[in-house]
Amino acid sequence: MTRILPLVAEAVVSRRGPRVLVGPVDLSIDGPGITVVIGPNGAGKTSLLSLLHGTARLASGKIRWACPIEDARHEQAFVFQRPVMLRRSVIDNIAYPLLIRGVPKRDAMDRAHEAAKRVGLGALTRRFAPRLSGGEQQKLALARALIAKPQVLFLDEPCASLDGRAMREIEDILQIARTEGTRLILSTHDMGQARRLADDVLFLLHGKLHDGGPADTFFPSPATPQARAFLEGDIVE
Amino acid sequence: MVDIWNGISQAVWLMLTLDPELVEIAARSLRVTVTALVVACCIALPLAAFLAVQRFRFRRAIIALLNALMGLPPVVVGLVVYVILSRSGPLGVLGLLFTPTAMIIAQTVIIVPLIASVAHQSIRDLWAEYHDLLISMNVTRWQKIRTLLWDARRALMTAALAGFGRAIGEVGAIMIVGGNIDHATRVLTTAIALETGKGEFGLALALGFVLIGLAVAVNLSIHWLGRTERGDRW
Repeated sequence: MTRILPLVAEAVVSRRGPRVLVGPVDLSIDGPGITVVIGPNGAGKTSLLSLLHGTARLASGKIRWACPIEDARHEQAFVFQRPVMLRRSVIDNIAYPLLIRGVPKRDAMDRAHEAAKRVGLGALTRRFAPRLSGGEQQKLALARALIAKPQVLFLDEPCASLDGRAMREIEDILQIARTEGTRLILSTHDMGQARRLADDVLFLLHGKLHDGGPADTFFPSPATPQARAFLEGDIVE
Repeated sequence: MVDIWNGISQAVWLMLTLDPELVEIAARSLRVTVTALVVACCIALPLAAFLAVQRFRFRRAIIALLNALMGLPPVVVGLVVYVILSRSGPLGVLGLLFTPTAMIIAQTVIIVPLIASVAHQSIRDLWAEYHDLLISMNVTRWQKIRTLLWDARRALMTAALAGFGRAIGEVGAIMIVGGNIDHATRVLTTAIALETGKGEFGLALALGFVLIGLAVAVNLSIHWLGRTERGDRW
């Protein structure tokens, strides 16, 4: 298996019409761990994630993986804020990424059952996925994103509108994925979650990378007054 | 009222005794329409999915055209197919005119736009729902189309049933290209037209009830096979 990291972004910009959604941003991501992207609404967190993932159009700049882009695309997955459920059973949803990669059906189903058990959906495999509760849907989305063992997993506010228990279950799954070597890049509004999960922090403001760094130095002493204010819960505009 | 009661009693009698002529005509109706439906679905459903996922220059024009063609007058379709298949027409050498195959061709032409339009509508809605996920998963265009067709299958069944309904009750086109020839191309609708012309209202009504019964039976059995409106499914 070719390694796709490090990921290097050089002056990447995403636009919608004349409006700049995010950028120019320079960053590089390597090795295992969890990168947490924080910032106020409209700072460009979602845009940055989809830009790096390759689903948003790059207006200018460069994104480089350690391997050709076509190979890199199969080694990533994305979990949306509002999970998209295929109109199929839970198990068919989880097995889907394997089936489109050409894994034999029986093999894919076995692995999907295993994955369902790991995220606590073992008892619900025959259920129709769009009928699941919000927390269950997000767990399904995680199992589906992780089943093909991606090297990089993007998560766009995966715990928005979930209660504490569902959030903890999802964070446990994320920690396991991290120890198994998946690089996680996650945006969140929840500073508690950011502190619990982050190895690295990116603080976005007005579409620019304003501050950031390793979690153990960023959280106790952020370099910029805006980041400090944001961490203290002030409104940053 | 007498005519209707005569019709009903005659229909019941014809069906109870499994009148061989009635069975033959009904079976031919079903064979022609089901074949046309299968052919039309093979064309219309992938076309509908393709139009939903692919952006190209004339996409909107094609969708508008399909919508317009839903109201295609069967008589005109019959006429055009007749001209093409007639001895002096471009496909005259095939000798298909006044055969069930010609009727299948005409019915297919009539229902392809209907099925494609209805199917496109529901596939487009599903695509809006799936778009981000499937793009993120980097699936190929063919995988997208297969996924959409499979997950929209219940809505597509409705599209197919609409096509079936239009084809089985259609008389203008198959009368022209089939010719209503006894034991060769006579089907329920053309037989009804003939019996009505002869003043045999009882028999015509009987055939009409059989036709309606057939359409209802096919619809019910497909719904039953598809397990719609049941339990946890939608």
